[in-house]
Amino acid sequence: MGIQLPQEPTTTPLREVQVEEADAPTVQLRALDQLWFQVAGTVCNLRCSHCFISCSPENHSFWFMTRDEVKSALDASVRLGVKEYYFTGGEPFMNRDILGILDDALALGPTTVLTNATLLPSRTVDALAEMASSSPYTLELRVSIDGVTAEMNDAIRGRGSFERAVQAVGRLAAAGFLPIITTMQTWPDHETEAILADFRRLLGDAGYDRSRLKILPPLRIGAEAVRGRGYDEHERVTHEMMREYPAELLLCSSARLVTASGVRACPILLDYDSGRLGDTVEEAAEMPAVLAEQACYTCWVNGAICSNMPGFAADPA
Amino acid sequence: MSETLESLVGVEPEGRYTRVAAFGGVYSNHLALSAAITDAASRGAEAAICLGDLGAFGPHPDKVFPLLREHGISVVRGNYDDSIARGLDDCQCGYTDPRDNHYARLSYQYTFRNTSEENRRWMDTFPDEVRFRLGALEVLACHGSPRQTNEFLWESATPTHFLDKLADDYGADVIIGTHTGIHWMRMWGERRAYVNVGALGRPANDGRTDVWYAMLDATGEALSVEFVPVGYDHEALAREMRDEDLPEEFVETILTGWWTTCLEILPGKERAAGRF
Repeated sequence: MGIQLPQEPTTTPLREVQVEEADAPTVQLRALDQLWFQVAGTVCNLRCSHCFISCSPENHSFWFMTRDEVKSALDASVRLGVKEYYFTGGEPFMNRDILGILDDALALGPTTVLTNATLLPSRTVDALAEMASSSPYTLELRVSIDGVTAEMNDAIRGRGSFERAVQAVGRLAAAGFLPIITTMQTWPDHETEAILADFRRLLGDAGYDRSRLKILPPLRIGAEAVRGRGYDEHERVTHEMMREYPAELLLCSSARLVTASGVRACPILLDYDSGRLGDTVEEAAEMPAVLAEQACYTCWVNGAICSNMPGFAADPA
Repeated sequence: MSETLESLVGVEPEGRYTRVAAFGGVYSNHLALSAAITDAASRGAEAAICLGDLGAFGPHPDKVFPLLREHGISVVRGNYDDSIARGLDDCQCGYTDPRDNHYARLSYQYTFRNTSEENRRWMDTFPDEVRFRLGALEVLACHGSPRQTNEFLWESATPTHFLDKLADDYGADVIIGTHTGIHWMRMWGERRAYVNVGALGRPANDGRTDVWYAMLDATGEALSVEFVPVGYDHEALAREMRDEDLPEEFVETILTGWWTTCLEILPGKERAAGRF
């Protein structure tokens, strides 16, 4: 059973008491390497059937972040020596301030945007390309496409989303980007190589011939628990499982997620009270993350799947 | 052998210098290492240091060791050295792409098979870091980053405030490393710098066949860094690689200067600058 943090944690004594009483393992932040932003809240123009936080046009449980809110968290993260930024939602390009926000982030460090690429007309792509070329830091676009045909993808992501995303990938490639295409694994392992080959062909046909592909395991929460299956009762992280485990593989050992209402342990734990660690980046950096939720099990099995690159164990022997 | 070449020695921990040559990943490229040692000596380096990853990619890994021993060049432990010395399953580069893993595995198995027990034992003595003084500056030499041997520090993915925190946390003015294979540097504040010295093992994904090392100079607090291109008989290396049945994709990199494999780890900006 997970511990319960109050809805509005205060900065004082609460944290130690909670950790000591926790029956789930906890993980201290080793360093704030990644700062994530729930920049579009839970608002999305699509309603994908595998979304682990059930984003949709009507899901307003987390609202858009303002440019000032983002700026203040960016400034705090600089003081903590952050290494990279990630912007997610919902759909980040639904936030009307997104270009200014990305410009602010890119002035400070490498920046990744996770997008469904259905809201990337040429003028937006041009603006992104201009921004990217004038920064010393890399701007990564991570585009979700769930299948190599419209039939496969649109069954999950909605009608028309495949064509719009693939066209946008072509525009991004023409503008000099090498977008990272992510796809949730909905097939058995032995088909992976063939599916990757199909993806390369699809993207090549769209004008993107140096494709970067990233396969994500399913997170069995939110809408995905309904589409696929939920977690089995035994699928949760125990103290025993953490004994020999390199905790730096878990995203919460090196990241925090900023939202319009509080800072959380990681993007997966958006909907859970146990994931909320403070009002500010500084507070949340001090608080250990609690591995109380079953989604933590997927991270334990696969490592920090949300990052562009996997986490590194100090000694993976 | 010239007088200057004989005078090149390894950087001593806590030693004091004004001009030091720093070599990055060697990847079994003994021809480039030999050329770089001669070059550094002729440019008046007082001492040299190698930042690790002696094996991988190239032919005959054991040919690198005599050159380092003969000149007493000190070596920092790279992730490859760590893996080979300890007999781990892979090189600890962290690839997830099946194609990258395929080539990484071929390269690792070849290197492991062809590295002598004696050289493995020597590699296991390499320290994770070496500190020395350059002018008035405290230099920390590591492989990836001071906090993690296999951490990639790419120019486009490494913010200055992050480097500043490393310099604070590890008490250094200047941090030097390799691991990525592409040289770059940044100076900030009054006396701080990070220098990725590049790699001798393969070209810098820039379409030229030269490989690179860094010459570091400081008198007082003024640091100057020169990245030095090293031409060497890359065609002879390619022949040796083919004779050893190493993948043609690796040979192509040596002959063209473009990386063909293990591209997954590059940030978009660095990858876009290459051909593949």
